[in-house]
Amino acid sequence: MSIDRATAAKVAKLARIRVDEADLPALADDFNAILGFIEQLQELDVSDVEPMVSVTPMRLPRREDVVSDGDQQKAVLANAPDAREGFFAVPKVVE
Amino acid sequence: MLDLTYQTPKPKVIAGAKHDWELVIGMEVHAQVASKSKLFSGASTLFGAEPNSNVAFVDAGMPGMLPVINDFCVAQAVRTGLGLKAAINLRSAFDRKNYFYPDLPQGYQISQLYHPIVGEGEVLVEMGDGTARIVRIERIHLEQDAGKSIHDMDPALSFVDLNRTGVALMEIVSRPDIRGPEEAAAYVAKLRQIMLYLGTCDGNMQNGNLRADVNVSVCRPGAYERYQETQDFSHLGTRCEIKNMNSLRFIQAAIDYEARRQIAILEAGGTIDQETRLYDPDKGETRSMRSKEEAHDYRYFPDPDLLPLEIEQAWVDEIAANLPELPDAKKARFIGDYGLSDYDASVLTADLDAAQYFEVVVAEAGDGKMAANWVINELFGRLKKDEADITASPVSPAQLAGVIRLIKSGDISGKIAKDLFEIVYTEGGDPAQIVEARGMKQVTDTGAIEAAVDQIIAENPAHVEKAKQNPKLAGWFVGQVMKATGGKANPATVNELVTAKLGL
Repeated sequence: MSIDRATAAKVAKLARIRVDEADLPALADDFNAILGFIEQLQELDVSDVEPMVSVTPMRLPRREDVVSDGDQQKAVLANAPDAREGFFAVPKVVE
Repeated sequence: MLDLTYQTPKPKVIAGAKHDWELVIGMEVHAQVASKSKLFSGASTLFGAEPNSNVAFVDAGMPGMLPVINDFCVAQAVRTGLGLKAAINLRSAFDRKNYFYPDLPQGYQISQLYHPIVGEGEVLVEMGDGTARIVRIERIHLEQDAGKSIHDMDPALSFVDLNRTGVALMEIVSRPDIRGPEEAAAYVAKLRQIMLYLGTCDGNMQNGNLRADVNVSVCRPGAYERYQETQDFSHLGTRCEIKNMNSLRFIQAAIDYEARRQIAILEAGGTIDQETRLYDPDKGETRSMRSKEEAHDYRYFPDPDLLPLEIEQAWVDEIAANLPELPDAKKARFIGDYGLSDYDASVLTADLDAAQYFEVVVAEAGDGKMAANWVINELFGRLKKDEADITASPVSPAQLAGVIRLIKSGDISGKIAKDLFEIVYTEGGDPAQIVEARGMKQVTDTGAIEAAVDQIIAENPAHVEKAKQNPKLAGWFVGQVMKATGGKANPATVNELVTAKLGL
């Protein structure tokens, strides 16, 4: 698989990262180098190996269903560029 | 359990300008888990709170905050899966579905794409006309809900409330087994009923706690059968997905509109673009959500913040052992044990409160069919007049059973029983005492009735002559006797006596 400039531009857009047109070729090259490493890894036969999801011998901790958080409207909105009447106010997005 | 068998309903056929078309429908139903706190945070799920007051920093997507899963939500997903006769996966995992939207502060939704907690199951969807469709469930996965955007408070701004952000949803995905708008609505209604029995979702569609995405395609008759034989989707048409519907009526209207739209395009020689559409209930039409197209590249990957979800078979078994009796089993039992018709059993099991009410009445009154008649015709009819719910019934099951017992013992006639019911409904009180106190008891004393019959016959010689010519007119005498006794004479006895005395 090879990443061209257009694909690099699409990935940047999906991630909402602004990339100058001039930087796209270098970005595409970086992607290709990374994918190259991964292709190399794929040469290994790991069909009998369980995917490793964690390095700690731990199970997913679970919590009880109790309300223990929230009620902090001010703190939640503290970093909002614009907040009104308890809501985040954002540029209009409408379908 | 009595095994009920049904015919498969015929698929809905829409006649196009050129030929007939059939519909193929698959659904994704989002059901909010009836939990107190969110799937990955301890914030409340309470509806209608002050904006952004039920928000933990986890929900707000603050840096460094980590999700911790709610055990109860996991149990409810398992419970729902068991209720849909589905396979439970002891090992499931969470993935990130990446997209940007103001009501999704994390920038991704935590969902279960690759390893859902519940696998294949099925739902029996009765159509009320003796037919029923088995709709296969493909999977149920746990995921986070998004927040809410309000667009009409300001001309230039959208207002965002994150109270719903992170609330646990069960997404129930069906196979494309639904064949018409009515079936689609009945399917959602059945899921809702099952979840209400299980207590896993409150089923409130108006608040959006239960909503559906509907995939609709059309095909020529015969194509669906070829798909069934081969499981090859190429026999089916291209589908469009109608998003986020929270009314059974809108679901039907949207499917109907969408099918006709697709048929018109195909018959004009066009092709269907696979796309996401939105139903506009005001205009009664669906329209394309173009903005969703690019967002379809969700770049799913396993969530590094969450280990796989491992549950034990013993825990699943314990949940299974504590499942309540579900609608299908309850209905079959009502038919089998109480001799009810399919229709009556469906009506009484549609709602758990109604079913419980009925069972108390039967237990005390003894007669299943009679109890069903009284609950459905008299009680439901009367409650409907007051727009009241069964839980607010002024007549308790014990009182209704009392009325029925008085009919069965012959103390009152069916007609008087209706008057008695109205008294109990509006004034309350013990039915037996009311009958005693107000002299409503039926007269079964043959002597008294005989006297009344004799008197009516003596006073109406002309009617006697007519009745002898035409025995059907005996009914007039019965009516007169009932009137003379204030409706308290036993109608069967009156009938017998009238027939005998007139020599019919």
